[in-house]
Amino acid sequence: MSAETLLLTILLLPLVGAAGIIIARHNPDVREGVTLLSSALIAILVVVLAARFLDGEVFALTLIEPIPGIAIAFEIEALGMLFALIAGLLWVVTSIYSIGYMRGHNEQNQTRFFAAFAVSITATMGIAFSANLLTLFLFYELLTLSTYPLVTHAGTPEAKQGGRAYLGILLGTSIGLFLLGILVIWSLTGSVDFQAGGILSGHIDPAWAGLLYALFLFGIGKAAVMPFHRWLPAAMVAPTPVSALLHAVAVVKAGVFTLLKTTIYIFGDEFILSNDVTGGLIWVAAATILIASMVAMTQDNLKARLAYSTVSQLSYIVLGAMLASKAGLIGASMHIAMHAFAKITLFFGAGAILVASHKKRVSELNGLGRAMPVTFVAFFIGTLSIIGLPPFGGMWSKWYLALGAVETGQLLLLAVLMISSLLNIIYLLPIPIRAFFGKPESGEHYTKIAEAPKSMLLAMVITSSACIILFFYPDPFYRLAGLAAGGY
Amino acid sequence: MVSHFSLLLVVVPLIAAPVVAVLPRGRLPWVAAFIVTTLCAVLAGMQLWAVLDEGAISYELGGWAPPWGIEYRIDAVNAFVALIVAAIAAITLPYALLSSEREIPEEKIPLFYSAMLLCLTGLLGITQTGDIFNVFVFLEISSLASYALISLGKQRQAFTAAYQYLIMGTIGATFYLIGVGLIYSQTGSLNMQDLATILPDVLHLNTVKTGFAFIMVGIALKLALFPLHLWLPNAYTYAPSAVTVFLAATATKVAVYVMLRILFTVFPQGFAVTTPADELFIVAGIAGIITASVNAIYQQNIKRLLAYSSVAQVGYMALGIGFASATGVTAALVHLFNHALMKGALFMAVGAIIYRIGACRMDQIHGLGRVMPWTFGAIVIGGLSLVGVPGTAGFISKWYLVVAALEQQAWISVAVILTGSLLAVVYVGKLIEALYFKPVSDAGKVVSEAPMLLLVPTWSLVFANLYFGVDTDLTLGVAEKAAAILRGMKP
Repeated sequence: MSAETLLLTILLLPLVGAAGIIIARHNPDVREGVTLLSSALIAILVVVLAARFLDGEVFALTLIEPIPGIAIAFEIEALGMLFALIAGLLWVVTSIYSIGYMRGHNEQNQTRFFAAFAVSITATMGIAFSANLLTLFLFYELLTLSTYPLVTHAGTPEAKQGGRAYLGILLGTSIGLFLLGILVIWSLTGSVDFQAGGILSGHIDPAWAGLLYALFLFGIGKAAVMPFHRWLPAAMVAPTPVSALLHAVAVVKAGVFTLLKTTIYIFGDEFILSNDVTGGLIWVAAATILIASMVAMTQDNLKARLAYSTVSQLSYIVLGAMLASKAGLIGASMHIAMHAFAKITLFFGAGAILVASHKKRVSELNGLGRAMPVTFVAFFIGTLSIIGLPPFGGMWSKWYLALGAVETGQLLLLAVLMISSLLNIIYLLPIPIRAFFGKPESGEHYTKIAEAPKSMLLAMVITSSACIILFFYPDPFYRLAGLAAGGY
Repeated sequence: MVSHFSLLLVVVPLIAAPVVAVLPRGRLPWVAAFIVTTLCAVLAGMQLWAVLDEGAISYELGGWAPPWGIEYRIDAVNAFVALIVAAIAAITLPYALLSSEREIPEEKIPLFYSAMLLCLTGLLGITQTGDIFNVFVFLEISSLASYALISLGKQRQAFTAAYQYLIMGTIGATFYLIGVGLIYSQTGSLNMQDLATILPDVLHLNTVKTGFAFIMVGIALKLALFPLHLWLPNAYTYAPSAVTVFLAATATKVAVYVMLRILFTVFPQGFAVTTPADELFIVAGIAGIITASVNAIYQQNIKRLLAYSSVAQVGYMALGIGFASATGVTAALVHLFNHALMKGALFMAVGAIIYRIGACRMDQIHGLGRVMPWTFGAIVIGGLSLVGVPGTAGFISKWYLVVAALEQQAWISVAVILTGSLLAVVYVGKLIEALYFKPVSDAGKVVSEAPMLLLVPTWSLVFANLYFGVDTDLTLGVAEKAAAILRGMKP
C-alpha cells in the first residue's frame, strides 16, 4: 500500500465500520463482527504504519483547503505515531471487552454505541495525524461530539446532567480559548502548521507568550487541567468500555497530546526554555496533580476515584510538556503510553466488577478478590504500574519526568512527583487489598459471584500483561518519544 | 445575451405572479411557481458565472442611457446575493408544497404562491438594480408581499405580527426614501455609479450627511439590526413555515447587501469612518449578539428561539461591516451566505415538526428526535453550524470574523463573537435535549418521520452546510472578490 493510501485507510476504516455497524443493526452477531474486524484491521495497520515510519518513510496527505493558506492535511511525526499506535492497539482490546460488557450488562441501543465508538476512533486518528492546528481542531471537536452520545448512553436524567457538563466544558473551553489561541497564532504568524522547532519564535513578544500558552493550557479542556477537569468525572456515567478507552485513553490523551504537540511544534521547546514561557503556569499542573490525588482519596465510587486519578496522571504529562526539557518531553510522551495501558486495565476491572457483582463502590469490594481472582490480579498490576514501580511500564515515564524536573533544576516539582506517587499508593492500593484480604461486611462468602464473561477477562489479561512487557521492552514507544523530543 | 438574463431574473417572476394568482386551485399554482423559481435559480447561476468570467454587466432599461435611465448593474457582489436568494427560493418551493397545504387555507394557496413570487421579484430586483430609488421600489414590492405572506399564518397572532412588521417596515422604507430624496436634492442623480462620482464633492453638506443617516437607519430596520429588530421575532414565529424559511434565509440578507452597497460603493470609501456609523455598527452588533443570544436561550417556542438567533447573526454581519476592512467585509458576505444555509435548514426542520404535530413549543416536542431521526439530524447539524463547529459552514464565517477582529486588535469584539458561539451552544443544546432526552410526549407517540418532500429540501441545505464547511471556493472566493469590488479595489 502506498503511504497515502495507508494513511487514508486508517482514517476512513472506522467510518466504514460505523456504516457497517448501522447496516447490520438487526443482527447483533454480524454487527459485533464488523466491530471486531475493523478494530483488528486498524490495529494491524497502525503497527505496519509505525514500522514503516520508524524505517524512515514519510507520510503526508493534503485533502482540501477550506481557508486559503490552511488545508485539511495530515502528516505523521513521532508523537502522533505514538498516540495512534496506542489508540489503535487498545481499540481492538476494548472491542473484545465491550462485546462481553454490553451483552453481560444488557445495555440498550447497542448499535448506536458501537457506531459512535467507531466514529470516535476516526476522530482520534485524525487528531494524531493532523499536520496543522486547524485539522487538529476539526477532529478535536468531532471527538467531543461523537463521544457525547456515548456519555449520555443511559438516557437517564443523571446521564443528561453528565452530558451537559461534558459538552459544556469541552465545547466552552475549545471555542472560547483553544480556537482563540489558534486564531491568535494565525494572525501573528500567518501559519498554523506544525513544524519542528515551532513557528512562534520571533513573532511574539516573549512576555505575552505565557498568556498565549495559557489559552492552550486551559483551552484544551480534554487535558483536564484544573479548574476545567469537571467533565471527566461527569463522563463516568458512560458505560465502562467508554470510560476505559475514551476517557482513560483516546479523549484525555487527545488533550494532552494536543498540548504536547502545540508545545513542541508551535511554540517550540527552545523558545519556551529560553523565554521561560511556562514558568508560572507549570504550578497549575503541579497543583492539579496533588489536588486531584487528594480528591481521589475521598471518592468511594470506584469509577469516580479512577477518574480523579486520571485527572492527576494527565497533569504529569502536562507538567512534562511545560518543563520542555528533553527528558521532560520524553517522559510526557512515554506517560501517554504507559498510563494508557495501566489505566485501561483498571477501568476494565471496574467494568468487570460491575457486570459480575453489580458493585460500584470501593467500600463494597471486601473479599471479592477470591471470587474474581483474574480481575483483581489484573487490577493489582495496573495499580502498581500507575504507582510507577518496577517491573511495570509506568516506571519509565515517571523516571524520565523526574529526570526532567532535575534537569531543569525544579526540585520542588520533583517533590510534587514523589508525593503524588505516595498518594497513588494511598488511594489505589487499598482497592485490591480490600478485595483479597478484606472480610465481606455481612460476613457472607461470595458464592454466587463468578468472574465476568470471558471476553472481558481476555481484554484485562492482555492489557495487564502489556504493563509488564512494557517494562522490559519499552523500545518502540521510547524511540518514538525520543524522536518527538528531538533526539534521545 | 447574458445581459438579458439580468432583466429576466426580475421580469419572469413579476409576470408569473399574477398568472399564478388566477390559476385554478389544486397543485397547478405550485407547479408554475416551482418552474419559475427553478428558472430564476438557473439564471442567477449563469449570471454569476458570466460576471466572474467577463466582469460587470450593465443593462440599460428601455435603452435609456444612465444616469437618466434605470441601469441594472451586476458585479460579483450582487450576482452572489442574487444567487443566494434565487437558490433558496428554488429549494423552498418543493418544501412549500406539503407544508403550505397543511398550514394555509386551500382557497388562498394560489395567492400564497403569487405573493411568494412577488416577494422573490422584489428581493431579486433590489440586488439587480443600480439605482437607489429603484431599490426603494423593489424594497416595497418585497415588503408588501412579505406582510401578506406572514398574515397567512395559522394562528391569529399572525395578523398582529404582520401588522407590526408593516408599521416598522414602512417606517424603515420611508426613512430610506427620505434619505434618497435628500441626496437627490444635492446631487441630482439616483444612479449608484453616477452618485459615486458626484458625492465626494458634496460630502461636507449637512443635507448629504443627514440623507446618509436616514438611509442607514432605514436599512437597519429592514436588516433587523439591534435595537431595531423588534418586528422580527413575531414575524418569523407566526408566519407559515415555508415563509419563515424563505424570509429568514433571504430578506435580511438582501438588506445587508444594500447596506454594503450604500456604505462602500455609493458613498466613497472611508466616508463611514468619518461618521459615527462604523462605531455604531460595532456597538449595535455587539449588543445584538449578546442580548439576542441570551433571549434565544429563554424562548419556549422554537421558531422564536431561532428568530432571536437570527437577530444575533445579523449582529455578526454588522460587526464585519463595522470593521470596514477587506477581511471584515469578506466575513460579512460569507456569513450572509452561510447563515442563509443554516437558518434555512433549521427552519425547514422545525417546519417538518410543525407538519407532524402542528406545534413547536419546547414542551410539545419532547422525545420527537427519536421518532423523527432525520429531522432531528438536520437540527443537530444545522445547530452545529450555527455554533460554528469546524467542518460546518458556520466555522468559516466565525473564523473570518475573528481574524478580522484580531487584525484591528478589537479584543472586545473577539470575546463577543466567541461568547456568542457559546451562547449558541446553550440554546442549541436546550433544543437537542428537549428533542432527545425527554420522554416522548403524547403528541409524539402517534407521529412518524416527516415525508420525503420535506426531508429532501431540508437535507440538501444540511449537506450544503457541510459542503461549504470544507470547500469554500464558491463562498470565500466570490466573497473575497466581492469585498474587493465593494472596497473599490481591483479584485
